[in-house]
Amino acid sequence: MDQLLEILSNLHPDVDFEMEDRLIDDAILDSLDIVDLITAISDEFDVTITAKDIMPENFNSAEAMYDLIQRIRDEE
Amino acid sequence: MTPDSSSTTASDTRRRVSVPAVLLSVLLAILVLWLLQRLLVPKYVDGIVEGAFVAEFYGAEHDHDLIFVGDCEVYENFSPVTLWQEYGINSYIRGSAEQYIFQSYYLLEDTLMYEHPKAVVFNIQSLQFDKSRSEAYNRMSIEGMRWSPYKVGAINASKTEEEHFLDYVFPILRYHSRWSELTAADFEYMFKAKKVTHNGYYMRVDVRPVTTLPPVKPLADYSFGENAWAYLDKIVQCCREKDIQLILIKAPSLYPHWYDQWDQQVKAYAAEHQLPYYNMLEATEEIGLDYSTDTYDGGLHMNLSGAEKCARWLGKLLTEKYSFESRRGEKHLEEVWTGIISDYNAEIEAQKIKYGIA
Amino acid sequence: MLFTSYSFIAFLAVLLVLYYLVPRRFQAPLLLAASCVFYLFAGPLFLIYIAVTTVTVYFAGLRIGDGLKAQSAYIKEHKADLSPEEKKAYKDSAKRVRTRWLVLALVINLGILAAVKYLNFAISNINGILSLFSSARLDFLSIALPLGISYYTLQSIGYLMDVYRGAYEPERKLWRFALFISFFPQLIQGPISRYSDLSPTLYAEHPFDMNSLLRGLERVLWGFFKKLVIADRIFIAVGEIIGDPAAYRGGFILFGMFLYTVELYADFTGGIDITIGVAQMLGIELRENFNRPYFSTSLKEYWRRWHISMCSWFRDYLFYPVSTSRWMSRFKKWNVSRFGQKVGKRIPVYAASFIVWFSTGLWHGASWNFIFWGLLNWAVLMISEELEPLYDRFRKAVPFSQSFGYKIFMMVRTFCLVAVMNLFDCYALLSDTLSCLGSIFIPSAWQGFSLGVLGLSAADYIVIIAGCALMLLVSILSVKGDVREQIAKKPYAVRFVLYFGLFIIILLMGVYGIGYDSGQFIYNRF
Repeated sequence: MDQLLEILSNLHPDVDFEMEDRLIDDAILDSLDIVDLITAISDEFDVTITAKDIMPENFNSAEAMYDLIQRIRDEE
Repeated sequence: MTPDSSSTTASDTRRRVSVPAVLLSVLLAILVLWLLQRLLVPKYVDGIVEGAFVAEFYGAEHDHDLIFVGDCEVYENFSPVTLWQEYGINSYIRGSAEQYIFQSYYLLEDTLMYEHPKAVVFNIQSLQFDKSRSEAYNRMSIEGMRWSPYKVGAINASKTEEEHFLDYVFPILRYHSRWSELTAADFEYMFKAKKVTHNGYYMRVDVRPVTTLPPVKPLADYSFGENAWAYLDKIVQCCREKDIQLILIKAPSLYPHWYDQWDQQVKAYAAEHQLPYYNMLEATEEIGLDYSTDTYDGGLHMNLSGAEKCARWLGKLLTEKYSFESRRGEKHLEEVWTGIISDYNAEIEAQKIKYGIA
Repeated sequence: MLFTSYSFIAFLAVLLVLYYLVPRRFQAPLLLAASCVFYLFAGPLFLIYIAVTTVTVYFAGLRIGDGLKAQSAYIKEHKADLSPEEKKAYKDSAKRVRTRWLVLALVINLGILAAVKYLNFAISNINGILSLFSSARLDFLSIALPLGISYYTLQSIGYLMDVYRGAYEPERKLWRFALFISFFPQLIQGPISRYSDLSPTLYAEHPFDMNSLLRGLERVLWGFFKKLVIADRIFIAVGEIIGDPAAYRGGFILFGMFLYTVELYADFTGGIDITIGVAQMLGIELRENFNRPYFSTSLKEYWRRWHISMCSWFRDYLFYPVSTSRWMSRFKKWNVSRFGQKVGKRIPVYAASFIVWFSTGLWHGASWNFIFWGLLNWAVLMISEELEPLYDRFRKAVPFSQSFGYKIFMMVRTFCLVAVMNLFDCYALLSDTLSCLGSIFIPSAWQGFSLGVLGLSAADYIVIIAGCALMLLVSILSVKGDVREQIAKKPYAVRFVLYFGLFIIILLMGVYGIGYDSGQFIYNRF
């Protein structure tokens, strides 16, 4: 989780990712951020996030992203 | 608000409405729309008055012996006042600008709902148009009709591709954009009409002699359209069924040109159907027409002098050949005509001043 | 059948009566029948196109959905006796089958779209190349564009991709799927609905509800106002300007550019208001397609708030798949090794969004000016993305950049930017656009500039200005919530005067009927 928060704050130093839970809905992260984020997560966690996983509910908060990573790991 | 309604969802925040309030608002809406429609429709009281002709008929006494149907070649070329004064013939012109033959048919049927004349004079120049050429002329010929199956028929037979039946039912849909060009006359004549004709006759007293006529262009095809013929058949049949003498004429307007080839077709048709047909262009001497004094627009239409000459010629014809008898002396009719004649004379004087004629 | 025609109003009135009279389980089938009737008005032959799309996507969806189901059932059953390698091999082979169905359906449907919409564009380009070294030319084909094909093709592809991704089960009933594809209010100009959004409300039984009927009607009225009173009136002047790029230059271009931007808004959002309102009268809720786009403070924000369903379609079904694809990650690694971390990482993202904006431009119209328009958007977006650190510093250094006044300035700036870029979809020839745009800065091109020659009277200009003020007012009020909700709380007399007044304004000031060219919705041609 800390690893993920670090990636996120590298992306947007000004956002409090521990508290935000409407990252997509409030357009804090845009589509370019999402792609950067996926690249970073894939590199750091060694999971493959594909387009089908990109849904607002998976990226609205750091917690949701962490759940997604866990889920993909389990499946693989 | 009652306690229970305040707890309902967003879409239920609309307050409850009583039935009388709804009924009242619907009535109010209809009233407002009706008033707006009255305001926005053209009044045809100045400038272009032709749109007012058709409706004016309903205000007349319906006891005519002779009815004219047709376009400007009837409503500008014959004076019913002369027919009355000199032959005692009680006539009315149901003419309108560029009245197409199908409109003439429906206007005739419409007229016959109100009265039963002895004869109908139809000017056949509109045979050349197989279908409507102009929405504006459709409007002026049809709009004034009262609602009847014949008006419906006239609309359906006339409407161009861009027109909708609904626009005739609710003219506000057609004239809505006039809101920015309303004049005082639109308010003044919202609920009343101004009389602009004398038994359907549109008077002009000024003179513009015939000098040169436009060159006559040969046509590729001189035969009249099927649709036009079909409506002439309908006119013939309608008169026959109601035992009315139908008289076909071609009024003595020099322009637009009346081709010989056209004349031949009408002559053949008349012979086949045993109908009288008078091409008045061939009788100009007999009528006594002088194209240097009897037209106001260089030969297109007659002025007052021309229209009175044509009426005189026709009156003589009707009296001699069609046993029309003078109704002068009928008390009620004389009263009606006294009014018409005084209007007629007043307008002659007014126009003389307007056009600077001594 | 245009929304602004008597026949559509009659069609809707008859449908509404039937819709609330028939047993509720027949409501959805009735909608399908109505959609077919609506489509038949455009031309019976066009029905074949939409039928092909419906049937192919339906079957491909079924195959893919069944494949997914079989796969999870198999894995569940053999959980114990499959090694991870065996499991992966099985999954891969099953996926290959599903992918084949997906590709087949995509090829068929994009192929049809390409054939009817882009073949002549391709031919004209080939002819252009041919002309360099030979006199041979290919003949153009005369193909009419089936009604709404750009929209329903995207909508059906979105559905298929979702099924492929396992987002939801495929629709098993063909007629229900056909209704999803052909639902008439959104056929002409969208929105491009998602199956997961639309299906629950589309197939549900809808009891008669006076409130939702009135709410829908209110929305339709508002749409008619925007479309008939404002957009079609502006179109008279804009059409005049665009129609003659040689005569109308300088001030006309500057004036026309802003007029067109207002027209586009009034026309397109008005059309969507009618769409959403009509659906609401039927008890069906559609997603909003606009979110006060001209209040955006940047182009990026604008594209989140304008034509939302299209933008999100391109994002979800083109941008994400491309930018997260395997070959894109290989491309990224190659770039990183060549240009270093910072630059190398950006290139693939920019490349992916290049593809998206190219496609968006091409989707808007089969000609180079639309492609250029798309790429111009791309360029501006990417430049402002690169300048983001600079903006950050500016915001921190300059205190007034946080003020309300500065926000208004940013909105105006975005509006102007959009207005300039919109010029590119006005003229078919790029050279016309550029020379007209340039003429704004040439004083001599301003000679003869007059508002009186564009076919609009003083009264028309007053209506346009008042209409824009009303749209702006409604937009500002709706920041607080749906304006209809706010009005709904008012007494009946107030509501009656407001809506009947709006109706009278449309009736009198709407540009319709004879004397006016009943302008088609601008987005029809897409």
